[in-house]
Amino acid sequence: MSSNGSKYIQGSTGPWEIVIGLEVHAQILSNAKLFSGAATEFGAEPNSQVSFVDAAMPGMLPVINKKCVEQAVRTGLGLKAKINLFSVFDRKNYFYPDLPQGYQISQYKNPIVGEGEVLIDLPNGETARVGIERLHMEQDAGKSLHDQHPDHSFVDLNRSGVALMEIVSRPDMRSADEAGAFLKKLRAIVRYLGTCDGNMDEGSMRADVNVSVRKPGAPLGTRCEIKNVNSVRFIGQAIEYEARRQVDILESGGTIKQETRLFDSRAGETRSMRSKEEAHDYRYFPDPDLLPLVLEQAWVDEIAASLPELPDEKRARFIQMGLSAYDATVLVAEKESADYFEAMLAAGADAKASANWLNNEYFGRLNKAGLAIGDGPVSATANSAIVQMVSTNVISGKIAKDVLDIVWAEGGDPRAIVESRGLKQVTDSGAIEKAVDAVIAANPDKVAAAQAKPQMVGWFVGQVMKATGGKANPASVNAILKQRLGLPEEG
Amino acid sequence: MTLPSNPTDFTLADARAAVSSKKISSRELTGAFVKAVEAARPLNAFVTETPDRALEMAAASDARIAKGDIRPLEGLPLAIKDLFCTKGVRTTAGSNILSNFVPPYESTVSQNLWDAGAVMLGKTNMDEFAMGSSNETSNFGPVTSPWRARASNAKMVPGGSSGGSAASVAANLCLAATGTDTGGSIRQPAAVTGTVGIKPTYGRCSRWGIVAFASSLDQAGPMTRTVRDAAILLKAMASVDPKDSTSVDMPVPDYEAGLEAGVKGLRIGIPKEYRVDGAPPEIDALWSQGAEWLRAQGAEIVEVSLPHTKYALPTYYIVAPAEASSNLARYDGVRYGHRAKDARDITDLYEKSRGEGFGSEVKRRILIGTYVLSSGYYDAYYLRAQKLRTLIARDFTQAFQKCDVLLTPATPGPAFAIGEKTADPVSMYLNDVFTVTVNLAGLPGLSVPAGLTAGGLPLGLQLIGKAFDEATVLRVGRAVETAANFTAKPERWWRAA
Repeated sequence: MSSNGSKYIQGSTGPWEIVIGLEVHAQILSNAKLFSGAATEFGAEPNSQVSFVDAAMPGMLPVINKKCVEQAVRTGLGLKAKINLFSVFDRKNYFYPDLPQGYQISQYKNPIVGEGEVLIDLPNGETARVGIERLHMEQDAGKSLHDQHPDHSFVDLNRSGVALMEIVSRPDMRSADEAGAFLKKLRAIVRYLGTCDGNMDEGSMRADVNVSVRKPGAPLGTRCEIKNVNSVRFIGQAIEYEARRQVDILESGGTIKQETRLFDSRAGETRSMRSKEEAHDYRYFPDPDLLPLVLEQAWVDEIAASLPELPDEKRARFIQMGLSAYDATVLVAEKESADYFEAMLAAGADAKASANWLNNEYFGRLNKAGLAIGDGPVSATANSAIVQMVSTNVISGKIAKDVLDIVWAEGGDPRAIVESRGLKQVTDSGAIEKAVDAVIAANPDKVAAAQAKPQMVGWFVGQVMKATGGKANPASVNAILKQRLGLPEEG
Repeated sequence: MTLPSNPTDFTLADARAAVSSKKISSRELTGAFVKAVEAARPLNAFVTETPDRALEMAAASDARIAKGDIRPLEGLPLAIKDLFCTKGVRTTAGSNILSNFVPPYESTVSQNLWDAGAVMLGKTNMDEFAMGSSNETSNFGPVTSPWRARASNAKMVPGGSSGGSAASVAANLCLAATGTDTGGSIRQPAAVTGTVGIKPTYGRCSRWGIVAFASSLDQAGPMTRTVRDAAILLKAMASVDPKDSTSVDMPVPDYEAGLEAGVKGLRIGIPKEYRVDGAPPEIDALWSQGAEWLRAQGAEIVEVSLPHTKYALPTYYIVAPAEASSNLARYDGVRYGHRAKDARDITDLYEKSRGEGFGSEVKRRILIGTYVLSSGYYDAYYLRAQKLRTLIARDFTQAFQKCDVLLTPATPGPAFAIGEKTADPVSMYLNDVFTVTVNLAGLPGLSVPAGLTAGGLPLGLQLIGKAFDEATVLRVGRAVETAANFTAKPERWWRAA
């Protein structure tokens, strides 16, 4: 990672470097839980998706869900990581009312996925590498509800036993922005892979953030772990608050205690949850109810062969098609945007023109309306038709925007709209010449000015376009104007 | 075939023949056992009697028999250890913490039995969570063995943890019973009550729906009056189960078919490490006698070595409590089972519910298990125990290159009096010295009644086989049974009580 000076935070004793590692919990997309057949749908009635296994009834046994294993392997492959053909499920023992078994089944010493990497796109256009230490599978716990009754707490076990992937990064990030970029990229990858819906609002993706600070070049400092932060924005705030807190302690002569902290999003601060001394002794040991998980290389190869094109590869391909790095990055950030863009190309539009159109026109309208691309009112085919009409000089760029507004508001086929409303561009040079001549004749003073200052020609273009109701081909207007005004062709 | 005059004296095989040939109806047979169970209440062998259900099941069986639709155990009344979850019938595991627990599901093994036509008489008493060797740790009081020493009225233990099942089989309160065996809990009570018990290979019977003690060691098995009955019942209990990842998909042979094949040409291994200091001379004598019986029937006797035997008991008392400490964490008073009243907060609720719910032996093992898994002790205890377990299993693999079956004593001595060993847990643990190795290695082990002590108490011999070779174990067991001709039965003193 580059050590660009701007990433440092300033203290009274000079610059400090923030070191960040993330442990991301991503809910595996699967219809059934990790070790039981119960459903996993979000928002169901409390305790309506609980099997005897999830409720830890006496004598119940876990049975691994193959679909979840496949999803974990798929994610590992998407992170360019080593797939461990031998992995082991362990029990992590602790008491909590929403943990019915009294232990969480997880993978401790032998995770299913080993070292990998994620390439993140930084705002300055650089790409940085964040190492992945491991990915393992584990069960989610249930949920304690403390606000349903004045003197009782309730427990909802719908989430109990839901399959999670814990993805652990190396401490390779140096700023809140980098941590945000990592999380967004990871989210894009799992969404491309279809292994997690990445929906942070519903809790299907959340992160524990490890933060420490050090003087540039010094060994790693003592870290604090901020638990369960559930949005990119909160992660940024938590990191910035926590780094500043640590710098202030160190600069006033104190030391950082290794501890687990909570982020209070309302107060915008982190607070101590438990110290290292109070940490649980989880008494990990291999779960004797489950055999070690042994995978066949051929099965892993099959999954590898079925992997979709991932954001990095897609971005490279888009750049090869002539897109700018910026446009390509924006388009691949969400799988839906990339899919939409590719659907426009499939319907016949040019790549660069489509990218420009989306980034300059359509995405702006979606943002303003607060709509995700999948919820927008204009289909990829319709946008493709508009872009194609511009490319083939059927309509001007200005008219194109009007057509988009019409389709947005009323729906319909853009080509039919252009035809029926007479929006076609005038390419007949006779008609354009007539309009040009009329404008020149009406503005003799401007003619002299334009001949002295050729940029003035733009004013004339505007007048001619106005006179033709925007339908004149701007290139033709420009050429004829220059000819009539005696200006050089290029300039 | 001549049948005993009293139907409760039938073997399982006798009863099968009698019921399916309509010599006796299942209702009549079941009724006789229901009465026997009632009359034997002084033994405290049952936690829950289910006479109504038994008679209903018997009636259903009679209806099937009338139509000629007869399943392998049609109409045969059995007792079920209270560790098997039975749908709609309270299942306590011998513990106060589950004293009000009624499972909404049926264990795979018991379901297999009902699917084979068997009838349930009730749930048998046991050591709490199967932790004990004398049935004295039960929340529902100790089981008294039907056996008494000659010229003594002292109440004896039936062994444990399947003591209620063993006592029921020995006292003819059922045709046969189910047991479970984590360190000897089928074989040790069978040996001290003059009955037959087999712990099959780990994975042979599904553990689904059996309240877990130590998951990597627990295995269900039959407790019967004859080796043939054990062969019949094991066939019905065993199955692969998609709900138990550790159950094994191996064909279940017809054990009964090969039972009388004899031992000619078989090599019987005598592991020298099973001669322990301080064991009563009667044990050694019986062991030698057993080898002699098999030699006389054409087997070859070979001495073998299981060098890591002396580590088996300490290894077991690390592995089993470790797993138990985790398996029993679910009994927290939150969702089912005993919940303490007036808890201040969640920690208090846990502490009170578990403090009131568990007995002292269970607490002792939870503490041991928690200790050996703790950070800083894991490597010294749990990890080393796992390594020893591997070495113990390898001992057997090497021994089985020289022999087909091992012959050992089943227990280091006969039954002892109730209360005699409760003050000294280590001397209690020593009861399992010959049986725990088999659980650690996951092998099948059979206990066969072989004789009486001078004081008139039963002793058993153990046969240990290769993994999934229960057939050979049962066949050799049948040869021992034939030679021993163990016909002694306890006097029915409880009927007078």
